[in-house]
Amino acid sequence: MSKPSHKHPTHVERAGPPLIEMKDISIAFGGIKAVDHASIDLYPGEVVGLLGHNGAGKSTLIKILSGAYRRDHGEIFINGGKVEINNPRDAKALGIETIYQTLALADNVDAAANLYLGRELRTRFGTLDDAAMEAECRKVMGRLNPNFRRFKEPVKELSGGQRQSVAIARAIHFNARILIMDEPTAALGPQETAQVGELIKQLKAEGIGIFLISHDLHDVFDLADRLTVMKNGRVVGTARTSDVDHDEVLGMIIAGKCPPGAVPGPGALQGVAA
Amino acid sequence: MSMAATDNTQTPAMAQEGAVTRFLRATEIDSRMLGMIGALLVIWIGFDAASAFVRGGEGLLGGSFLTPRNLWILLVQTSSIAVMTTGMVLIIVMRHIDLSVGSILGFTAVCIGTMQVYWLGPLVGVGHPAIWIITLALGLALGAAIGAFHGSLIAYFGIPSFIVTLGGLIVWRGAAWSVIRGETVAPMDKNFKLIGGGISGITPGSIGAIASWILGLVICAAIVAMIYNGRKQRKRFNFALRPMWAEYVLAVAGCIVVLGVTWVVNAYYWPKGVVDRWAQQTGVTVPPEGMNIAFGYSIPVLIALGIGIAMTFLANRTRFGRYIYAIGGNPEAAELAGINTRKITVLVFALMGMLAAVSASISSARLDSATNALGQFDELYVIAAAVIGGTSLAGGLGTIYGAMLGALVMQSLQSGMTLLNFESATKDMVVGCVLVFAVWIDQVYRRRVK
Repeated sequence: MSKPSHKHPTHVERAGPPLIEMKDISIAFGGIKAVDHASIDLYPGEVVGLLGHNGAGKSTLIKILSGAYRRDHGEIFINGGKVEINNPRDAKALGIETIYQTLALADNVDAAANLYLGRELRTRFGTLDDAAMEAECRKVMGRLNPNFRRFKEPVKELSGGQRQSVAIARAIHFNARILIMDEPTAALGPQETAQVGELIKQLKAEGIGIFLISHDLHDVFDLADRLTVMKNGRVVGTARTSDVDHDEVLGMIIAGKCPPGAVPGPGALQGVAA
Repeated sequence: MSMAATDNTQTPAMAQEGAVTRFLRATEIDSRMLGMIGALLVIWIGFDAASAFVRGGEGLLGGSFLTPRNLWILLVQTSSIAVMTTGMVLIIVMRHIDLSVGSILGFTAVCIGTMQVYWLGPLVGVGHPAIWIITLALGLALGAAIGAFHGSLIAYFGIPSFIVTLGGLIVWRGAAWSVIRGETVAPMDKNFKLIGGGISGITPGSIGAIASWILGLVICAAIVAMIYNGRKQRKRFNFALRPMWAEYVLAVAGCIVVLGVTWVVNAYYWPKGVVDRWAQQTGVTVPPEGMNIAFGYSIPVLIALGIGIAMTFLANRTRFGRYIYAIGGNPEAAELAGINTRKITVLVFALMGMLAAVSASISSARLDSATNALGQFDELYVIAAAVIGGTSLAGGLGTIYGAMLGALVMQSLQSGMTLLNFESATKDMVVGCVLVFAVWIDQVYRRRVK
């Protein structure tokens, strides 16, 4: 491999208000605090990696942002303005799009129907304009995955990578400002993973802010400008990827030990830092 | 094709299979539907042949099944179940079930009957034209309200649809009894009776020969227009087109079926007694050789056809229909895509309730009476028709026309066995076995297609 020139990819302008700020968010399920006073933020054109064990609360935190769960406590700001997100419709209206780990595709309908699910194109009579949706879908998929040909088949007939590209197409087609990617490469082969990497860089260049949830430290170090680590529902710390190394991040994930290069959160192990 | 050309040993078989597959691909006909139509034809021909031995008749093969009279009655008898099964498909597609449709049918029927006989009849005068309109409208509203109530319990209280509608099955049957204390309400309003397709006095519940031919031609024109428009749309977006011959095959086949059915319903004539009564009251002299007045399409069949078309439109061409299928495919994904799944659930059950009220009108009008037992076990026939028609109980899969064909298959079996003098207990056993058999065949078929 050549020298990893992309390790610290771009300079992110952090002068203005953050694109997204989630402040002091909590949610409990039946007495278990899945997210406990967590705060994260994201700037335009920035990729923030969200790391942690299974059950650390990262997916739950992000589902509050995407409207799938309603928070018990805390506030969400977009460009400094407070917003209410009570369901997925609210989130989409604010330009927040999500690619779920499960992809969240309706398996029994075709790619175009999934691309436009909930935002169907209609004719002037109010009926579904399937032809227009399919035509548009062919254009989008032509950019994302030029080999994609199976437009008439239900998406359950498609391969993992093809399904993934449908889910990605759906998230980026509607002028998202904020993109949440929950394990976007978990089901993909090496080549497709590289494609997703390229896509993230391209979206970044367009000024879109991206939350990247991943188990893969390499992915996060390659793609993210900053990373936030969670443990037991609480934020251990946040750091620029250039200020920490793999081992330190592993220490954050496993032990909750916040290294000197990171800003500690409420979940950091007390007394051991620095 | 290059494979077939190089591999000599397999050429004949592959070429043959290739022709069928190529035909199906070119015409884009659902091979499953072809199979169902084939099964239907086998049933019809089989019953006609069998009844030729048992009782004879003027049927195609000398039996009494494939006669205009029997086919006309078959269509009328199918219409009530066919109407309800269009709604049941959507419910099953959404991974729900509605066991209460038979009881809703019974309850709305006795309510409609009570309104006609005991309230509006004495109030505005028996036979007043407002009666059938008001009672039908109130009946439909009542059915929709009951369905919406069930749907709300399912969507907002999280009670499984099986339980809610099982409760509904018991509750509404009891409610039907309470309304009329077990009595039979009769006779229904004379205009309302036409919904059942029978002859009310000298007014037939069917539209006659000329109107039937006109309707048949209009449907043919619509088929051609749809095929033409579909081709235009595909051209507009540069999608693959069907070959021209396939378009012609579809248009011609569609028109033949429509005109054939029209011919059959027009070949069934009024009984002599009714013709005489009609002649007497209108002052027409009947020639000595008799007079052939055709029934034509009956009103319940037209209602069922209209609802079938409307429901197909709803399922395939509207957001509402798209959401129903998406929810059936993946409820969580639909929710995350911003679809209000609860609202859709309530609406689908309300629609089902309204369709049960339509069937209540057809059934009570046809019997010219309403009893609290009307529609008993209909829920099972409705579900069976949907399942025979290819609706998957796992959700996400099913078509309106398939379910309606399923209803026709079920009714054909019942009707054919009646012609063969089967006991009703035997009929029940056969229909039950056919249901299980049909689902098994369907699964084998789906596995082989994969």
